[in-house]
Amino acid sequence: MRGCGGNPGSLVHLAFAALFLLPTIAQAGQTITIDYVTLNTPLHIPSAALEAPPSDTGLRGADLAIADTNTTGRFTGQTYVLHMITEHDQSALVRDFAQALAGGQRLFVTDVPASLLLTLADTKGASSAILLDATSEDDRLRGPDCRANSLHLLPSRAMLADGLMQYLVSKGWTRIMLLTGRDPEDALYAAAIRHAADKFQISIEADRPWSFNPAAQQADTGHYQVNDEVVKATQGVSYDVLVVADEAGNFGDQIAYRTASPRPVAGTQGLVPSAWAQPMDEYASTQLQLRFHRMAGRWMTSRDYGAWLAVRSVGEAATRTASADPSRIIAYLRGPSFTVAGYKGPELSFRAWDGQLRQPILLADSNSLVSISPQPGFLHQTNDLDSLGTDAPETTCHATP
Amino acid sequence: MPRNPIVKSSLVLSFKKELLFFLVLLWLHPAFAYRIFVSNEKDNTITVLDGASLKILQTVPVGARPRGIVLSQDGKSLYICTSDADHIEVLDLASLTVTRILPSNPDPEFMALSHDGKTLYIANEDNSQVSVLDVAGGRITSEIPVGVEPEGMAVSPDDKTVVCTSETTSMAHFIDVATHTVIASVLVGSRPRFAVFTKDGSKVWVSSEVAGTVAIIDTATHKALHTITFNLPEVPTASIQAVGINLTDDGKTAFVDLGPANRVAVIDANTYAVKTYLLVGQRVWHGDFSPDEKYLYVANGISNDMSVIDVQDLEVTQSVPVGQSPWGVVIAP
Repeated sequence: MRGCGGNPGSLVHLAFAALFLLPTIAQAGQTITIDYVTLNTPLHIPSAALEAPPSDTGLRGADLAIADTNTTGRFTGQTYVLHMITEHDQSALVRDFAQALAGGQRLFVTDVPASLLLTLADTKGASSAILLDATSEDDRLRGPDCRANSLHLLPSRAMLADGLMQYLVSKGWTRIMLLTGRDPEDALYAAAIRHAADKFQISIEADRPWSFNPAAQQADTGHYQVNDEVVKATQGVSYDVLVVADEAGNFGDQIAYRTASPRPVAGTQGLVPSAWAQPMDEYASTQLQLRFHRMAGRWMTSRDYGAWLAVRSVGEAATRTASADPSRIIAYLRGPSFTVAGYKGPELSFRAWDGQLRQPILLADSNSLVSISPQPGFLHQTNDLDSLGTDAPETTCHATP
Repeated sequence: MPRNPIVKSSLVLSFKKELLFFLVLLWLHPAFAYRIFVSNEKDNTITVLDGASLKILQTVPVGARPRGIVLSQDGKSLYICTSDADHIEVLDLASLTVTRILPSNPDPEFMALSHDGKTLYIANEDNSQVSVLDVAGGRITSEIPVGVEPEGMAVSPDDKTVVCTSETTSMAHFIDVATHTVIASVLVGSRPRFAVFTKDGSKVWVSSEVAGTVAIIDTATHKALHTITFNLPEVPTASIQAVGINLTDDGKTAFVDLGPANRVAVIDANTYAVKTYLLVGQRVWHGDFSPDEKYLYVANGISNDMSVIDVQDLEVTQSVPVGQSPWGVVIAP
């Protein structure tokens, strides 16, 4: 490119500029150990699974982030180590966790169900630790059951639902039908959709449970029966978009193209609001996608993304503080200066009121990125990302670190 | 690109009629004509425009995903990072054909040429290294490990130091050319994308895309002296992403391309104060000055055009459609 001009900075400028000095690089030889706490649970196979879901989703994201931060660490004298705490049994996992705490470990990435996360967070000695929740989407963990020592990397269900509803508003598709599965998680997802619909003035024209046993699809000619059931479940309603709440994938993939009226499907299937999606290729994410695929031999999931963000956040805090001291790292993670780049555009940071990482929500189907929320025009007085999910005035989280 | 000394010295003289006439003659002389080369990331072409008329002279097909482009020292060739083709293509500017393929190692995104024209320093975005290419020999002579996703590359005026920015590591790495080792790494804002040395080599300007800032780093102490921030109330903060930087030859003014904020910030390079913002096309990436520095041409990655900025009046005078996802701009004879 072109040659460039120079200028000797005056002393006044230098003195003024000194106020803005960035932190220096760490002393050599620091090791930062992060414990990855996960419960080994049997794999759930969705009804329409053409290939088995990966068994190591979450963990591989942490692995990649360790590799990324260690590349950075070469220049800061910091080495990052991921230590596994994994058990089949909840009580054994709690015991291992308590032992790690007793041994002085303070930095944890958790990949466990909500109830177990609360048990871990309430373990004796855990108040001075940090639990980076890489995989849960439960609103209660950001609300009445929030814990001062927990931060949440994945968007809550409220954020996902808001991301979808903002998009529907932007399209003028303001009448939805909601079809909810039988799992407890489906009820939570549906509740988030109802709340978001109310918030963005989307009307729910019908709110129905899905009770048909989807196993019929696997029998020859079973698809006729499924089609009839979907018609029955969706007829007699005038609406723009059918929103399904089926987190485990029990039936949601068998709704589109079978409805009584020709309407698009969104929610847990169809147009899905998510933290991460395979078709995402904006904001330099191609680099992250390819780096992950090279390492894991598969594409990155939202859970992988959550774990990647969790470890990257620790790495960012350790780099910026030039410290391996967990208390300094934790303070920085919670402080106003912390941000992490998440390949989704803006810098991401934790909400002070509930420990939730504020972030854009991707809207994608299996093959294309449709949009990214917040949608243009959905503004917020301090950060437009806070138009998604629970804002400070509405929070029911009252834990203080 | 050496500037034209006749035009420069003329500017300080009074505007006598004869002189003006002489200047016009000079301007019309073919030696002062120039062409604008724009790399188009998505349609795998280089758009060639005439500098005077801004008409497209030719659209040259090149390898997959052309991004960073650099003019050879003799001004006769354009080096093109064809990122997805995993090599550097050499476009002969007389025939407008690719006459040579140079190795680059995987995913070359951006590169910088030593001032003696002999060495290209290439950022390999996908594998965290800088490749050192002997241009004449057409071979990689060294690979230098840097941070994650290296992108910005700059060579110091004395050719002794190379700066590479790594986006995910958020650092500017100072590489000693003699030993090919990283001698210092300076933390800057998130996703540093571009680096440029001041003419006297005393400072490096580094833009950070996600943080939306520009750090001014002292090359002697390897400390950030100042961080420039941008304040555009009418634009969402997340859209303010600093990318390309162009410094005027007199060292007085910097132009910083602000990506999806669709603006170029004009900065007093002595006080680091933002003087104004110029509205350009969507997602403005990189730019280059005309040889007389009257105009700055910037590529707009989403609106598929190039904005023309009048450097004196600080006005956007024109926008010219180019290819798909224009990325870099280089001015050449």
